[in-house]
Amino acid sequence: MTATTVAPAIELKGISKAFGPVQANKDISIRVMPGTIHGIIGENGAGKSTLMSILYGFYKADAGEVFISGTKTEIPDSQAAISAGIGMVFQHFKLVENFTVLENIILGAEDGWSLTTSLGKARKELVALEQEYGLNVDPDAVIEDLGVGMQQRVEILKALYRQADILILDEPTGVLTPAEADQLFRILGRLREEGKTIILITHKLREIMEITDTVSVMRRGEMTATVKTAETSPEQLAELMVGRKVLLSVNKAPATPGKVVLDIKNLHVTDEAGVERLKGIDLQVRAGEILGIAGVAGNGQSELLELLGGYARGTGTVTLNGTAIDLSGKYADGKSRRAKGIAHVPEDRQREGLIMDFHAWENTAFGYHHDPSYQSGLLMNNAAIREDTEAKMKRFDVRPPDPKLAAKNFSGGNQQKIVLAREIERNPDLLLVGQPTRGVDIGAIEFIHQQIVALRDQGKAILLVSVELEEIFSLSDRIAVMFDGHIMGERLPGQTDEKELGMLMAGMEATQ
Amino acid sequence: MDFLTLIQLLDSTVRLATPLLLACLAGLFSERAGIFDIGLEGKMLAAAFFSAAIASVTGSVWLGLAAGIAASMLLSALHGFASITFRGNQLISGVAINFLAAGLTVLIAQSWFQQGGRTPSLMGGGRFTPITLPFADAVADVPFIGPIYAELISGHSILVYIAFAAVPLTWFILFRTRFGLRLRAVGENPAAVDTAGVSVVGLRYAAIGICSVLCGIAGAYLSTALQAGFVKDMSAGRGYIALAALIFAKWRPWYALYATLLFGLFGALETRPDVITSLTGMRVQGQLLGALPYIMTVIILAGFVGRATPPRAGGEPYVKER
Amino acid sequence: MDVMPKWAEVILVPLISLILAAIISALVILAIGEDPIAAVKLMVSGALGSTYGWGYTLYYATNFMFTGLAVAVAFHARLFNIGGEGQAALGGLGVALACLYIPWPHWSLALLGAIAMAALFGAFWAAIPAYLQARRGSHIVITTIMFNFIAASLLNYILVNVLRPTGSMDPATARFPEATQLPTLHELLAPIGISFSKAAPANITLLVAVLACVLVWALIWHTRLGYELRAYGHSQSAAKYAGISPFKITMITMIISGGLAGLMAINNVMGEAERLVLNAVEGAGFIGIAVALMGRSHPFGVFIAAILFGFLYQGGAELALWTSIPRELIVVIQALVILFTGALDNMVRMPLERMFLAVRRARSPKPERKPIEPAE
Repeated sequence: MTATTVAPAIELKGISKAFGPVQANKDISIRVMPGTIHGIIGENGAGKSTLMSILYGFYKADAGEVFISGTKTEIPDSQAAISAGIGMVFQHFKLVENFTVLENIILGAEDGWSLTTSLGKARKELVALEQEYGLNVDPDAVIEDLGVGMQQRVEILKALYRQADILILDEPTGVLTPAEADQLFRILGRLREEGKTIILITHKLREIMEITDTVSVMRRGEMTATVKTAETSPEQLAELMVGRKVLLSVNKAPATPGKVVLDIKNLHVTDEAGVERLKGIDLQVRAGEILGIAGVAGNGQSELLELLGGYARGTGTVTLNGTAIDLSGKYADGKSRRAKGIAHVPEDRQREGLIMDFHAWENTAFGYHHDPSYQSGLLMNNAAIREDTEAKMKRFDVRPPDPKLAAKNFSGGNQQKIVLAREIERNPDLLLVGQPTRGVDIGAIEFIHQQIVALRDQGKAILLVSVELEEIFSLSDRIAVMFDGHIMGERLPGQTDEKELGMLMAGMEATQ
Repeated sequence: MDFLTLIQLLDSTVRLATPLLLACLAGLFSERAGIFDIGLEGKMLAAAFFSAAIASVTGSVWLGLAAGIAASMLLSALHGFASITFRGNQLISGVAINFLAAGLTVLIAQSWFQQGGRTPSLMGGGRFTPITLPFADAVADVPFIGPIYAELISGHSILVYIAFAAVPLTWFILFRTRFGLRLRAVGENPAAVDTAGVSVVGLRYAAIGICSVLCGIAGAYLSTALQAGFVKDMSAGRGYIALAALIFAKWRPWYALYATLLFGLFGALETRPDVITSLTGMRVQGQLLGALPYIMTVIILAGFVGRATPPRAGGEPYVKER
Repeated sequence: MDVMPKWAEVILVPLISLILAAIISALVILAIGEDPIAAVKLMVSGALGSTYGWGYTLYYATNFMFTGLAVAVAFHARLFNIGGEGQAALGGLGVALACLYIPWPHWSLALLGAIAMAALFGAFWAAIPAYLQARRGSHIVITTIMFNFIAASLLNYILVNVLRPTGSMDPATARFPEATQLPTLHELLAPIGISFSKAAPANITLLVAVLACVLVWALIWHTRLGYELRAYGHSQSAAKYAGISPFKITMITMIISGGLAGLMAINNVMGEAERLVLNAVEGAGFIGIAVALMGRSHPFGVFIAAILFGFLYQGGAELALWTSIPRELIVVIQALVILFTGALDNMVRMPLERMFLAVRRARSPKPERKPIEPAE
């Protein structure tokens, strides 16, 4: 290295990491220059987060070296990463929910044994930091009372309080409205002006194009390319991510909506903590159409699915093909819903849709284990279920097509196909779909989208919830936007754009 | 019930509440750090035996206390090894520790003393004796205040005063020190502590270390202060009742004091059926009275706790995740 | 693919845990100045060396099958039932009432009646903690422990004040009528020409216990209820999605579990003592925890583990008789088994998993497919 070149803020050389039989990172090398925003993009499971966790001392690499500002640095634990000036904002925030902002900020970076002294000193520093970067948060607010955007600021402040020069953000916009995301990008821009180095991990091409200076692409644990953002295009990046040309939109014929299948009037849902999550929802879904619900996570979409799926209670009227369904009584459960012809692909397949330790065949019966074809006398006919599963796995191209493999041993896409096969092949009148492609590889996304459209074309009603606007646009025949337990408005996909939906998602009435 | 009976009743309440209070605070440190500990019972029992055994052999109750604490620490280390290092099931580990203590104490007692699983009765320096506080004798005759000071407040062993002093001390450590902040954080969200560069494992071991010291004192109190020597299974479910008190107290130190005093009162009433009879006008069966603390525990857990929110990471071994 | 083959999971892991527990037990025996090898010899000859020994071993094993199954069934729904002791005690009360107050014409009818009463009483004693957990949120572990203590006091009260025959000083019921006496293994095996010790208490209840193992196996893996119970145990959130009621599963599981624990009473109360005495359960409820853990909550595993503990129990009794090793040794062994098979499971498992992984890698240098998505 000559004296005139600036040393990279971070340089990784030959990093490899395996989890058991899975190679998460293979011989990865990367250089990040100081004062830049460097994007790392890749599909779910490409190994982005693993790489950053190694950099933050969370995992130990099997091989490879880390250089910080040109000096070889060992990072055995997070303490070492912090000392080396690295700060990390995780996808799932690492905050103590019932602590105040200030307590969270000083945790692990206290000043002496006395808490009172530490808190006093930290308060002054925090106020200074907030002013310097325009990151206003009430130091005495309790975390669980703050919105996600605010919580993210606390995470950034935590890193800055520890004097981080290098800031890693893992999928930071997943929980933000488009407007909040823009605000975050402004903050990141300001940090870059102050000379901080930022690594942005994301799977959203738009963000990469909007804010980064350079971008690295990861695929299946390997680094496939590093390019200057200005010299590339979304199409090129997408191809690098997947390794082949991708269809970014879904081929589908215009919908031919029939009669109203699902009719929701004045629906209210209050959760176990007593918070009202749905504040009077009116919606209709017709046969042969996909209604997409757009919105930032946590604005009542989950509760809507849970209520319709039979495991949240509510008030109001919901009719299916003209007959009312029970919202709070004896028949407000998943079993009754399935009997009525409502199938449900839940938002979180690992926590709800599947039992990860159960075999694929046991999961195929899940929720439908009362089905007469699965019984023989008093006992369950396990052989029949296995046969049925094998056939379903073939039709839905689940790999490997082995009914005796536990659900946890399938990839995200194949897990989702198992759920989809189970729910779609019941021939339901109404299909509820939550985040159908979350954590699913791009190849499987196409297949899953096709299956949903095919079901629509058979004249079924589909209610789709997704936080991915792209998915909402490409699948929906009609879009409703949810914010804070209300429907902010309905739009047709051809007559609106991301900007308008973004306003609605942030709770602002768009001018029509 | 006259005033003197009341004083006597409260006096034995204090004595019976002491081991519960120590064990409850022990459990508080452990559970606040996210480690369930149903092994309080076993640790108390082991400490009770080793305190009495060493006090009996050496004639020094202080050496006995040290031995009791050491025994409790060993069992705690085992619990930590199973539930922190090897991320095992904390409830099962606790159950194993309780049986280990129940079996080993008798086995060793038989091997050492050949008295059917008990230690010889402790005498003189082998026991913690009551301490008469200053002026206790002088004010004893002052009406009302006198008996309260002389009978109720004065005249307990040093361990009782340690137990009561441990309450504000625990509060201070938890809410006014760096260690306390980290301890509470690790029981709520260990990932936050880990990413902040503080060792989750280290904090949790520290917490169960403190827990074991308090349990050790509680056990020593049973065999060297409350009674004079060890008998088989002498902890008699106190560890479990302390856990119930901890839930009742919603994992807070001052409430732990009130909860254990309440359970101590149940215990005291059990020894005074005459008081119950005079209060309620009913004759109560001795055998049923014995079940009173357990029945009250069930009722309190079922009815009055309301929504007690335990430390959120409680019982869950910490596995690093992204 | 799972890291370990099934045989290693089912046989190797428990076996290694057992060997570890045995080594430490041997050290304990050494430490109290006795000879572990002589002790094992004495245990084997005392418990397995004669049909008398076998009769006791199988008698104890019968108890442990019931209590082990009780814990195992609850484990499948991720419920930890430490209350087997109290539930078995209540089961004893049910058996005593059935035997004392109903004039049975024949032992076979008495057995059916006693089974019903034992299961009913045991189930009742488990249903209260289950209800309190499902509806009031009280922790089932603490409540079932409390119910053990309460059961002990209750039985004490009933035996002293209600069921004790007038004039008797013994806190126990009267002897059960002749017609309720269950056939022993001696009587059962004599017709087919096998001579079995007359004095040993093993009786027809053993067959009931074996039947219970088979029924529990069918319940867990071949019925809808078993399916729901396991689903609930693996993932409560998923169970809710599927329409499985947490309340229903908690109640039914604990009722089955308590019923199984209660059934133990037909062995010890009806089959052996033929009257109800104080503390009739003698810790068998707790041994069920060790048996269930060692048997990996599988009825066949429970069957094997119960026989092993039957051997330990009878062998331990022989030791207490002929050496200065007290019976509490069995409690220590029980604790060690719980520790190694339950709490320290990972300690045994992790090195084994690494070993199997290394072996597999050596065999196939290139994995033919990518089985798991990389943990991101």
